Formats: sequence, structure tokens, C-alpha cells
Amino acid sequence: MSSTPLIEVTGLTKEFIVRGSKGIRSTRAVVHAVSNVSFAVDQGQTFGLVGESGSGKTTAGRCALRLIEPSAGSIRFEGQELVGMSKGDLRDLRRELQIVFQDPQASLDPRLTVGSAISEPLRVQKIKGDHDARVAELLELVGLSPDHSRRFPHEFSGGQRQRIGIARALALNPKFIVLDEPVSALDVSIQAGVINLLQDLQHQLGLSYLFIAHDLSVVRHISDKIAVMYLGKIVEVGDAEDVYLRPAHPYTQALLSAVPEPDPEFERTRERVVLEGEVPSPINPPSGCRFRTRCPKAADICATEEPQLIDRGQGHPVACHFADETLVTSWQSVHFERPMA
Amino acid sequence: MSESVLSLRDLRVDFKTPNGLVQAVRGVDLDVHPGEAVGIVGESGSGKSVTFLATMGLLPKSAQITGSAKVGGVELVGARRNVLNGIRGKRVAMIFQDPLSALNPVHRIGDQIVEMLDSHQSLTKRDAERRSVELLDIVGIPQPDQRARQYPHEFSGGMRQRVMIAMAIANDPEVLIADEPTTALDVTVQAQILDVISRIRDEMRTAVVMITHDLGVVARVADKVQVMYAGRVAERTDVSALFKHPTHPYTAGLLQSIPRSGLDRLQPIPGSPPNMLRPPEGCPFAPRCTYAEPKCTAVLPELRTVGTSMSACIRIDEIDLTPVPA
Repeated sequence: MSSTPLIEVTGLTKEFIVRGSKGIRSTRAVVHAVSNVSFAVDQGQTFGLVGESGSGKTTAGRCALRLIEPSAGSIRFEGQELVGMSKGDLRDLRRELQIVFQDPQASLDPRLTVGSAISEPLRVQKIKGDHDARVAELLELVGLSPDHSRRFPHEFSGGQRQRIGIARALALNPKFIVLDEPVSALDVSIQAGVINLLQDLQHQLGLSYLFIAHDLSVVRHISDKIAVMYLGKIVEVGDAEDVYLRPAHPYTQALLSAVPEPDPEFERTRERVVLEGEVPSPINPPSGCRFRTRCPKAADICATEEPQLIDRGQGHPVACHFADETLVTSWQSVHFERPMA
Repeated sequence: MSESVLSLRDLRVDFKTPNGLVQAVRGVDLDVHPGEAVGIVGESGSGKSVTFLATMGLLPKSAQITGSAKVGGVELVGARRNVLNGIRGKRVAMIFQDPLSALNPVHRIGDQIVEMLDSHQSLTKRDAERRSVELLDIVGIPQPDQRARQYPHEFSGGMRQRVMIAMAIANDPEVLIADEPTTALDVTVQAQILDVISRIRDEMRTAVVMITHDLGVVARVADKVQVMYAGRVAERTDVSALFKHPTHPYTAGLLQSIPRSGLDRLQPIPGSPPNMLRPPEGCPFAPRCTYAEPKCTAVLPELRTVGTSMSACIRIDEIDLTPVPA
């Protein structure tokens, strides 16, 4: 593992201002989408960002590429600070930083052939050379045929379109790719192929990924490290297996125990941490720990003092005052360490 | 075995399109008994939703439906509107993936439940209102009397789905058909909704048909499973056998495609599902099947008994589909 990470995000904060009106008075509210989030992605590794809707995972991912301007914080890519960098410099650096979106249907222009969609980044960056040859090479790399370049997006299935989106992201030989729910829209049998492709490309090309998803089993499968987000904050971060086998934050435990596992016997006997209620509004997040309103362990201190994201003896950082009192519940380890039937 | 509450026989649905006839459902049988939970598993285009929309008479006119779909012995295919209306919402109810589009945005939640009650029962206004609040309570909506006076936009996605369930069970149906009810929801909310559905089944003995693409959801709620592929039933079995001894290469393929602990590499199913304008002759899965032989493409296979399961694979006795230990 390299000593300096490829990309290092520190204290990232994004607040959106929402203007509305109440009668004739105009109102202004601040949505705290991402609050003081820090993480680092190492060279050739995959960092998984999981959380439910409204957790801020997508905003954090887009901020990391400055596709959304962060309100505060620092983003260092290979030691260079991205925040405050001029547009021109940023454009040059964008060759190294790419993104793949969830919905390949929406992210591909229906009127561009696949070839011109894939070569568009080459034109934008004014890369000289044989674009057609590069397109053919990229199509082969993602498991499609070079003759597909003259076809239009509607002629492809969902899985193939996502491969086209990946080919376009690879066109400029990036080092870092944000994968924002790249397989969520796909059927399982197709999803598996795209996941395998992403892993193969990572090994072949030495790519680093920020993998954003709500599907915990997929994130676990592909990630080296994982951060769990809740209401704009990271509540727990660590090596993927460690977080899955020894979740120490009550939210991580609830999240993991909510995922239905494809194993009927286990499903019928497992202990579950069922969360009551719903995620509070990010306009008025709870004081102290943002999870305390739904937390089975919440005490007075949780409302007054925000728990820091530090290692309290769990082997990885957890943002919970009571993390060390949280027993590793048997449900998780029993399942994951059991040999497959 | 008691009389089945929902029974499909050779149900077929074709859609007329400018490009020709799309054969969405090609001969589906199913029996659901009281209090049973049946999972219907399949990927996009497998015909799993269309089968039940046809049953409920909810398909557009371009759909040609043949075969039989009976609820409590009453035939629904080709039934007159008044027959359908007497059954739907009363003896069989359905909930959908997107509860917002199923709720009327300009009516209060309570009134919409009252409307549901009024169409099948003769209750006084006060009783109907009391019952609607009670139903909201049953599905776990806090402060149900206040919530009944609110509008759909004041509810979150999970709460809206609870409202849909409250409406669906308002007339105490024998069958609840749930079409991907949790697909649009977060996992923790999904867990809550699945708990509500399981509780209703336990307490009210309502049979549940759970249509889903998620094998985890099936494992959590279903007793029996029917796997669909290309408008046909590939396999019918009970839920533990499905995961331990799949009897169709498609099921085995699905199981190998989902990430699980200790599995370094997923095994996707090659290719993509057939075009239902021109479904392949013979086994529809044969073009993607690693076990396929020339005989597989000769005739469309029927379900037959294999141990405790029913399988539509003609080679099932010759191949070993036991999941490989990771």
C-alpha cells in the first residue's frame, strides 16, 4: 500500500441553499448534504461509499471531482489541491478523473453513435491521433465488438450501455473513476458481468475507484475499504471485511441486518436490528450525533456532543460514543463465516 | 391441501405492437393456497408482472389474454367489468412498486381508504373513518388519526407504501399481490415493509404473492417460489430447495451471479434474454445455457416433477446444479 493516497478528501462539506416562499415572505433554508467528510482512496484500490437515499454519498462523490463545487474542505489528487484550482487547470486534470453514472440510458446522447460518444472526451481534450482506432480498442476492452461503434445507444441492452459508459470514461486513460451506482439499474445476471469487468479493468489498468452504491453486498464484493454514510456524515469506515464482520456503529448494524440474504434458513433465524422511523431532514439535522433520533443506544451525551470518527478499540474508526459497548452481535458473523451449503 | 385461492392455468398474454405480436406470457400455471407466501422471481421482461396484471384485468386493450385466472373459483379472464370489480379490492388486492402514482394527490389519505371500504362494504361514515384509522395503525403508521387527514405528498416513500398496504387489506382480501413493493425503497425501509407484509399474512391469513427480482427478498418472505424466464415458468419449488438444490440452470445461474461472502469472482449468465417478438423454439434459456444440447432447442419444455421440485429443464437428470462451495 502506497504511503500517499491517490486522492485525499478532507473536511468536505456541501451545503445547498433552498429558497422558497411562505406567503409573501421569501424563505431560505440550508440543506446540510455533506458535513465534514474525510476519506482517502489509495492507488489501485476501491473505496466503497454506502448509505441510503439522502445520506450524501452521491454529493460527496461529485464534490470529489468538483462536478459540484464543495462549500468547504480540501481535495488533493496526487498532492495537487483541486479546490480553488482554475478552470483551465482543472480541465487538464479531468483526464485523470472520470465518472460513470447509474443510468446509461440518460447519460448517453441518443443522437450520437456509440463511437462518437466514446470519442467525445478525446475531442474535448483535443487529443490528436486515430480516434477510430482508440474507440475500437476501448470497445474491445469493455467486451463489445468494434463494429458496434456505428450503432446508436437504443440498439443496446442496459448492460451493454453501461459498458459503453465505462468505455467513454476510460477514453482518456484516467487514474481515478467515480462509479455512482453503476450496476443498480441492471438485472442481477447482467450486473455480475459489469462488476467482473470493472474488477478486470482495475487490475489491467491500475485504476482507483470510488464506488458509490446502496447495495451492500455489491459494495462489499468490490471494495477494499468502506465508509458508511448517514445524513451527510461518515459513521464508520474501515477495511470492507472488517466493517461487514464487525460493524460497531448501531446504524451500520441496522443497515447490514436489514439486507435480506439469499438464504432462507438464515433469514428465518437471524436476529435483526430493526430501525424505527425515518431519516430526519438534512435542513435541520439533529444536534450531536445525527443518528441519535433513531438509535437504540442513544443517551443524553449523544444530543450534546458529536461523536468523533475515531478508533475506539474496534480496529477501525467509528463515530459513536458507545461503539466500544456495542457487542458484536452474532447474526452477522454467524452468517458470513459459515461455510456455504 | 386446501382449495387454492388463486389459480392460474395456461395463462398467456400477447401484446399487439407495430412490430408484431410480443409473447409476454406463454402458458403460466400457479396455485396459491390460503395463508401461503409465493415468490415470483424473474428479471426484467420475464413476464412476472404482466402475469398478475393480466390476472387483475389491468392490462391495456392491446393485450390478448387467454387461459384461466381464478380467484376463489371465479374466472377473471374475459370477465365482465362488474364481476371484476366485485373481486378486485375485495378478494384479491395488488400493490405496486411506486405508491405515489397509485395514490390520488388531491384527496386525503383517510378519504382514499374510506373510498376503498365503501366500494365493497356498507359501513356508516363514522365506522368507515374509524376503520381507516385502524388500518393505518395496523400497517404501523404513527399517529394514524392525524395522518389520515394528510395528503400523499406529506408521506415518505415507505409510509406511502404502508398506506397502499392499508388500502389493499381494507376489505380483508384472500390474496395480496405485491409487485416489487420495496424496489424503490432503502434497505432499512424495505425491512419494515417486508415485516408489515409478513405480519399481515400471519395475522390475517392473507395469501401473499411477492413479485421480485431480489433473491434475498424471496428468502425472507416466501415459502414457495416460481422462477420465470421468457414468459415461462423455469422452476417451481419451495424456498429452501431453491437455494440448496436449484433444478434449472437459469436459477443456478442467478445464484452464481449474486455477490456473497467468500466469492472472489461472480459468474454472470452470458448473453441476454430473448426477444419476445420471436422467442426461440424449444427451451428459451438454451441460447444462454452452458448445459444446452441440440435436443434442448427442439421442443418447448413443460414443467415436470424432479424430487420435490418442478423443473422445465429436460436435462435436469443429467446435470449437477448443486452450488459450488466458495
